[in-house]
Amino acid sequence: MKDKKDIRVQKIMNKKLTGQLLSAPYLLWSLIFILVPLGMVFYYGLTDKTGIFTIENVTAIMSAEHAKALWLSIGLSLVSTFICFLLAYPLAMILANMNVNQHSFIVLIFILPMWMNFLLRTLAWQTLLEKTGVINIILQFFHLPALNIINTPAAIILGMVYNFLPFMVLPIYNSLVKIDPNVVNAARDLGANVIQTFFKIIFPLTVPGVISGITMVFVPALTTFVISKLLGGSKILLIGNVIEEEFTQAGNWHLGSGLSIVLMVFIIFNMIISAVFDKNGEGNML
Amino acid sequence: MQKELISLIDISKSFDGELVLDELNLSIHENEFLTLLGPSGCGKTTTLRILGGFVTPDKGRVVFDGQDITSLPPNRRQLNTVFQKYALFTHMNIAENIAFGLKIKNKPQSYIDDKIKYALKLVNLEGYEKRMPDSLSGGQQQRIAIARAIVNEPKVLLLDEPLGALDLKLRQDMQYELIRLKNELGITFIYVTHDQEEALTMSDTIVVMNQGYIQQIGTPETIYNEPENAFVADFIGDSNIIDSLMIEDKLVSVLGAKFACVDTGFGTNKPVDVVIRPEDVELVKPEEGTIQGVVSHLIFKGVHYEMEVMANGFEWLVHSTQMFPVGTEVGIRVNPFNIQIMNKPESEDEEAAAIEG
Repeated sequence: MKDKKDIRVQKIMNKKLTGQLLSAPYLLWSLIFILVPLGMVFYYGLTDKTGIFTIENVTAIMSAEHAKALWLSIGLSLVSTFICFLLAYPLAMILANMNVNQHSFIVLIFILPMWMNFLLRTLAWQTLLEKTGVINIILQFFHLPALNIINTPAAIILGMVYNFLPFMVLPIYNSLVKIDPNVVNAARDLGANVIQTFFKIIFPLTVPGVISGITMVFVPALTTFVISKLLGGSKILLIGNVIEEEFTQAGNWHLGSGLSIVLMVFIIFNMIISAVFDKNGEGNML
Repeated sequence: MQKELISLIDISKSFDGELVLDELNLSIHENEFLTLLGPSGCGKTTTLRILGGFVTPDKGRVVFDGQDITSLPPNRRQLNTVFQKYALFTHMNIAENIAFGLKIKNKPQSYIDDKIKYALKLVNLEGYEKRMPDSLSGGQQQRIAIARAIVNEPKVLLLDEPLGALDLKLRQDMQYELIRLKNELGITFIYVTHDQEEALTMSDTIVVMNQGYIQQIGTPETIYNEPENAFVADFIGDSNIIDSLMIEDKLVSVLGAKFACVDTGFGTNKPVDVVIRPEDVELVKPEEGTIQGVVSHLIFKGVHYEMEVMANGFEWLVHSTQMFPVGTEVGIRVNPFNIQIMNKPESEDEEAAAIEG
């Protein structure tokens, strides 16, 4: 009896060992490309040029210029996330209510731009929005006033919403299609009208998807420097641009890393919120 | 008979060009346990969904308590549904689930609390208020679904194969539970199932459906003992359905042998279908039987032996507590009361329905 148990334990151990061996390439990968760079960020962020420990690089976020960039980033990301949510929820509902043939086609159309390079898509918007760009030429043709939003926060928000919208739609769509149609029928059966059914049943059941969507839009929006660079000109600095400049132009890796640590705190905070709500992994489809 | 509560009048419905219900007419009475029984795709669930208001019929009317409710949305109908797979609200605890309908109707909190207590007691789940639906077993979730529906004091409870997802033992327990509930509440139950045993156990009235048509309406006894056509005979329990000739009143020729029966009014020398239940076939010594045959199969079923007897070119299904080994020559005898004569299907539709079923 005891022998049998031992063999079983041995078998389980073997299984575990095989599993560990198979995950070795991935672990090696994350070690080299995630953990080591992360360690370096912390090392540079918490030392000065002579290699002595300091928190000055982190506290540098308090300086007027950096704080302004951080608040602007947070502000624009929040607005973009909110707009994404407003656009994505109805869209996801329409998708979820379609029959299978229609919806795979629509989903394809919707996901198609995501296969194109992110940089190219943003560059395309630059061309569209320029003072003499395609949109203005069309507006001029119809004798309508020109649209001058390039190099303004509005253009950045447009770029963020455009690029990150699918990341909001898909988790919400995922949680919508998981709802048993009879659950909705049950609410109606028990006397709820269409609006009550939405607010008491459908929306609460999609909260995990919404939280996932918020995280997946807010985090990249907060850290982007490409969208702000291409659509905001060089006038509007987001925290991502500040960090990028410290690395590429000022060559001050210590300050850049210090500011990155601050940004990381925000992101981790967001991730924790998301993990608490999204226990079923609505966002895992991406 | 109690007062008529619901009438379905000339209801037709098709999905994607496929006719699911064809001019269906049905009356449902107060305090009745009515079961819609049939194979999948027979239209029973569609009928229930039309009653609940989730499907609008293409044609026909639904009259409830004298009022036409055909186009009334589900939230304004005085009936509640217990759905297949329970359909509980997983983001609410049990008490909130049960209270849902009452809160929508703005009932006072003290009333709601009393109702929750009462309903949980009725389904034998006292003290479960704070539990979440996911932490309950299938049978418990089904009871909560029933509790959630009945606190609204509906006049009619619709049940859509509510026991389908439960295992056999639990299903049998729940059948008794449902009968008890119905008697305690004194309301109408409309029950959908494809399980003939469930239907026979619980119902006051069974409506046998096939391919969008009602095949027979009757008490469980009538449906079992006097099936009106071959489909019903075949669907409800096992049976021997044999092409026969009605020689005259009370005498029928089955496979060339003359059997006495009790049916009259079929005319003389008229082709009919004869139904004989396997438990009604008596096996006796060859010389004592009306016809003679040889046992070709034998299976032990627990309560009885199931045998097949080849006699005059027909394989007779026989249930008996007496065992006859394969190869035994036996005689077949049937009590005249146990021979059920049915008219041959007249229309092609009925014929098709009977064969495919």
